[in-house]
Amino acid sequence: MKIFYHIGKYLLFLKKVFKRPQKRNIFIQNIFFEIEKLGINSIIIVFIISVFMGAVITLQTAYNIEVSFVPLYLVGLGTRDSMFLEFSSTIVALILAGKVGANIASEIGTMKIREQIEALDIMGVNSESYLVLPKIIAAVFSFPLLTLFSMFVGIFGGYIAVWLTGAIPIDDFVYGLHYYFVPFYITYSVIKMTVFAFIIATVPAYQAYFIRGGALEVGRANTKAVVYSSVLVLFFNVVITQILLS
Amino acid sequence: MITVKNISKSFGKEQILYDISLTFERGKTSLIIGQSGSGKTVLLKSIIGIHEIDKGEIIFGNEVYSAMNPKEKQKIRKEIGMVFQGGALFDSYTVYENVIFPLRMFSGMSEKEMDKRVEFCLDRVNLHKVNDLYPSEISGGMQKRVAIARAIVLNPKYLFFDEPNSGLDPKTSIVIDNLIKELTEDFNTVTVINTHDMNSVIEIGDKTVFIYKGRKWWEGTNKEILNSDNKELNDFVFATELMRSIKKS
Ligand SMILES: Nc1ncnc2c1ncn2[C@@H]1O[C@H](COP(=O)(O)OP(=O)(O)O)[C@@H](O)[C@H]1O
Ligand SMILES: [Mg+2]
Repeated sequence: MKIFYHIGKYLLFLKKVFKRPQKRNIFIQNIFFEIEKLGINSIIIVFIISVFMGAVITLQTAYNIEVSFVPLYLVGLGTRDSMFLEFSSTIVALILAGKVGANIASEIGTMKIREQIEALDIMGVNSESYLVLPKIIAAVFSFPLLTLFSMFVGIFGGYIAVWLTGAIPIDDFVYGLHYYFVPFYITYSVIKMTVFAFIIATVPAYQAYFIRGGALEVGRANTKAVVYSSVLVLFFNVVITQILLS
Repeated sequence: MITVKNISKSFGKEQILYDISLTFERGKTSLIIGQSGSGKTVLLKSIIGIHEIDKGEIIFGNEVYSAMNPKEKQKIRKEIGMVFQGGALFDSYTVYENVIFPLRMFSGMSEKEMDKRVEFCLDRVNLHKVNDLYPSEISGGMQKRVAIARAIVLNPKYLFFDEPNSGLDPKTSIVIDNLIKELTEDFNTVTVINTHDMNSVIEIGDKTVFIYKGRKWWEGTNKEILNSDNKELNDFVFATELMRSIKKS
């Protein structure tokens, strides 16, 4: 029953978030600020995990294939499709749920317990919209770009791994990267990431918005924010996959 | 003038305020005193509309604020300045950005006019050369003054302070108290202060309301407070040796 209560409360919260911004130039300024904080500041972590995952997927596939009669170009194909289908959207989203989700929850939670949100409200600012809408727009805009970046970097990681270890001939790897390429996989991943971005921007904000108390509650909201947004990412991963790929 | 008529407030099953009626006048500082946990903050936040009340009416001037829709309420809110207990300054904004913020959102002034207004307000609270510092980089007393500057920047008709002296040393407290008193007289605001600082009561209270367990228990002037025979009020006011010695003399 509690879950319906929260869904209702979350939707009412979103209704306030999607109120029209009161001051356009400040709103646009805040969007750029959030793009920097949520998107640009996540580039390095996305780079690091993508390059290593691309490398490890490649090596695992390569060393498993050695014992059978499967063509070697499948290594390149496998790396490409794993990155494009799952890794660059879902796994990257889980990492972002940890990093960005925690960031949003602690920022909003701290503002809440220190009465800064009430200060906004009493000035006549629609605090939900002022604080959360720029984050949603920034995440929905920049996370899909991070997905594309992660795909590129993952393949690059695989390429470097093959080049360094010589696990398979590099030409076979490159051939596999081109083999039977389905452009829709990119669209599919970008669509998924757009939904995930919305979850990662709103669920932690919702978790933090209604807390009372002190630093302990902020910490608790933080943990909940990461757990719930991660679970929702995984859940919607299944739902969207069923809709788009079936 | 602000009129509060028979308001009650609960959170879930827990009732915090019981049937409170009050009036606050223009150009006067009205104090709300009471023990920690008696409901002062909830009362203040109910009056300004941060908390929805369960029963009763809140009237600003001659408009029934508590019956307004959110849009109408916002108009009144722009006439309210509120200084929260911890200052509630925005951590990621500098002092200057904190004070200019309400102007940027609501004033429609040019950048130059806004700048002038901010300088005027910071000067009014005696803050100089801190414009580019962040709240974490200035003292508690300075943070309170920045919060006051931000609260007066839109020329409010109503000023509210939640424990303006909490966390301040006695000397800084007196500076803040006097500042509040001056602002009230200069700008002719309706000023309401939550406090448990008896010094403030004696020094700047034109009128004092004592809240006890969520009820209005006593109301009077600062002279009457020293000579009241209300038991709970006396227990609160004369809790310290210092206050007892004042009574004797
Ligand atoms: N948002 C809230 N939800 C539930 N209970 C609250 C809330 N705010 C305050 N209370 C409760 O109301 C009572 C009075 O609190 P408060 O008005 O802060 O006292 P004080 O007189 O110290 O300012 C306390 O018991 C507090 O726990
Ligand atoms: Mg209080």
